[in-house]
Amino acid sequence: MNLDAFHFVPVLLWTDALIFMLLIVALATVWWIRRHAHLRAPWAAVARRPMAMGAALVLAVFVIIGLLDSLHYRERLDDSPPDRPQYSVEVLSVFDALASRLRTQQEKTYSAPLAMHLYAKEFTERDGATVRDYPRLKYGGAHLKQADEYISDIVRRVFVGLLQGLAGSLLLFGLLASWQARHRQMKVGSWLSAWGTGHLGWPGRTVVIVLALVLMLGAVMARLAAGYHVFGTDKVGQDVFYISLKSIRTGLVIGTLTTLVTLPLAIVLGIAAGYFRGWVDDVIQYIYTVLNSIPGVLLIAAAVLIVQVAIEAHPDLFDTSAARADVRLLALCIIMGVTSWTSLARLLRGESLKLRTLDYVEAARAFGVSHARIISRHIFPNVFHLVLIAIVLDFSGLVLAEAVLSYVGVGVDPSMYSWGNMINGARLELAREPVVWWQLGAAFVFMFALVLAANLFADGVRDAFDPRLEERR
Amino acid sequence: MFAYILRRLLYAIPILVGVNLLTFALFFVVNTPDDMARLQLGAKHVTPEAIERWKVEHGYDKPLLLNTRATGSAQLTDTLFFQRSAAMFAFQFGKGDDGRDIGNEIRARMGPSLAIALPVFVIGLLVNITFALLMVFFRATYLDLWGVVLCVVLMSISGLFYIIAGQYFIAKLWNLLPISGYAGGIHGLKFILLPVLVSVVAGIGSGSRWYRTIFLEEIGKDYVRTARAKGLSEIRVLFRHVLKNGMIPILTGAVVVLPLLFMGSLITESFFGIPGLGSYTIDAIQAQDFSVVRAMVFLGSFLYIVGLILTDISYSWVDPRVRLQ
Repeated sequence: MNLDAFHFVPVLLWTDALIFMLLIVALATVWWIRRHAHLRAPWAAVARRPMAMGAALVLAVFVIIGLLDSLHYRERLDDSPPDRPQYSVEVLSVFDALASRLRTQQEKTYSAPLAMHLYAKEFTERDGATVRDYPRLKYGGAHLKQADEYISDIVRRVFVGLLQGLAGSLLLFGLLASWQARHRQMKVGSWLSAWGTGHLGWPGRTVVIVLALVLMLGAVMARLAAGYHVFGTDKVGQDVFYISLKSIRTGLVIGTLTTLVTLPLAIVLGIAAGYFRGWVDDVIQYIYTVLNSIPGVLLIAAAVLIVQVAIEAHPDLFDTSAARADVRLLALCIIMGVTSWTSLARLLRGESLKLRTLDYVEAARAFGVSHARIISRHIFPNVFHLVLIAIVLDFSGLVLAEAVLSYVGVGVDPSMYSWGNMINGARLELAREPVVWWQLGAAFVFMFALVLAANLFADGVRDAFDPRLEERR
Repeated sequence: MFAYILRRLLYAIPILVGVNLLTFALFFVVNTPDDMARLQLGAKHVTPEAIERWKVEHGYDKPLLLNTRATGSAQLTDTLFFQRSAAMFAFQFGKGDDGRDIGNEIRARMGPSLAIALPVFVIGLLVNITFALLMVFFRATYLDLWGVVLCVVLMSISGLFYIIAGQYFIAKLWNLLPISGYAGGIHGLKFILLPVLVSVVAGIGSGSRWYRTIFLEEIGKDYVRTARAKGLSEIRVLFRHVLKNGMIPILTGAVVVLPLLFMGSLITESFFGIPGLGSYTIDAIQAQDFSVVRAMVFLGSFLYIVGLILTDISYSWVDPRVRLQ
């Protein structure tokens, strides 16, 4: 395809490719599950839990932002000749294009959330005399002529945002009600009363309320961000709200791609150890005891240092700094995956040990069914719920681990947007007077929202899939 | 019993050799002594002779894994890997890049690490068990439900937040305790309080939720029903029966981490300026001092294996049905 006609060239980073591969696998799995009643049942149980569905909705918002931020491209330089186009070294994403105001409206240095003035005093010319005062921001609140309009402007923006969010959610709710009513062949009024009393069979009230809250919050943020820096600006004057949003992708990549590395190792080695026993078991147990006995942070630190050395030794392999940071992110995921498969493998080994003595497996073996077939038909489907629970439970831990590793200095590339880097860069600023708290605050709030949603969703999944919990209820 | 412990200790040797091979591969094969010499000498002084001299001075002037010039078993023993690893097994860690003896540093820094880690462990265990028992006592009520939700919320907050918030509010704003620092003896108490408090609070969420599930599993068992059928009060059932039996998985789970307490906590120690092993490790990572990092990896693995052995022993001790053989 001739891309010269466009004003950009698409860039596929390694993590982008893996993310979209993961998305395709996930969609295929959903399609597969929908066709099988016994697989559908536990997911239907998850869908009946208000907490899990509300959390899933919040997670979906994060995932959408992360996916938009994974469609990368490079813009063509304006002054490059049409026959030999040259492209900017800056790798942008679709999300950047949508939030280009946030990205480009850069101030001089720190400014507080929703501020009109800079954090530091400067000498400025005013009425012919030089005064030392807080200068007005270039973009934040620049549309206000007088300072006393400030409060009314903020209130107006919040109010308009709330109304827009409310209108949007009412519209969506109306569409949902009419679609559901037609789908179930009942009157809209009776569907509404079923919704209001909570007799839908799915947590309709929670979903609609969470949706309305998300929409209202989003609309208020968008209104405010159009005129101000909602979470202030950082040391070089970049919008903290933009940085926090960009960090979502990093968090999601670490939470998901690490699991992608963990799964094959854990499943193959865990089941093999439990099923074959004997020397296979001994070797695999030896490997994971060795890996387990090394303190996790140290192993990750050692491996990351080495990757760093390797990357620095081969600068010619990467055409942009984004590509370099991306390879380091991928390396971090692989390293964390290699160091963290052991607990799931041990779990799967124990379960396979139990399963291999069951009558139907014995029968299959007596009939001469091959090992590969026994494992794929009889063992793996029966341990799959453990794998699934591990995926959702590990996610939040990995997101939190990124912050700690970046603090130690063995996390993602310092040039990459991540909550860990935000915390690391901001924590020394707490000693300043007045305190620069907004960077830390924004990073913790975003991280908390993602991890809490993931934890609540994981709880729902675990309760629905863990057969032991079933018995107790 | 003695034979069992001896055998387990012998099993530990191949694991420690494996750990050594892995860390050796990570540190030396990818980052060879020549690279280390170049890094240490700086760009100006790099000549082949200077590198050789640095390697001889620091004891890196041997082949990595196989000495082809030697004969017999010396082919394996007269190598960097064997010399470095054999010394480790004798707990001779050598010197760090700053010239100080690593063994001495470890001995000096163990105390401060334990001064933080031990109170955190004991108080954390007590607090978490108390919260878990409270939730179990009010199980299937709104109190239990909101208790679990609170646990999930506490779990979802980054550990860094607890530390930074604790330092900012308690130490900086309210001036109740010093922000960071350390002193030995009774005067050191004021330095220890804040890190201990922060670490205990940070652990409440996941800890008490985990113990709650353990207690709930116990409470469904037949002996509890028997105890209730005898007419025992709920409190008596909880404390005399459920707590005692639930302590088996809790204690054995705790025993694994007991030896690792010596290693301290990387993050807590570095934030609070505690001169323990955790901050030692983190400094070594940031300064890329590989001999210190290797020593800490070896020590950590050794303590982990000790923890595994202690777990087995404690199993047979608290649960007479388990026999070691």
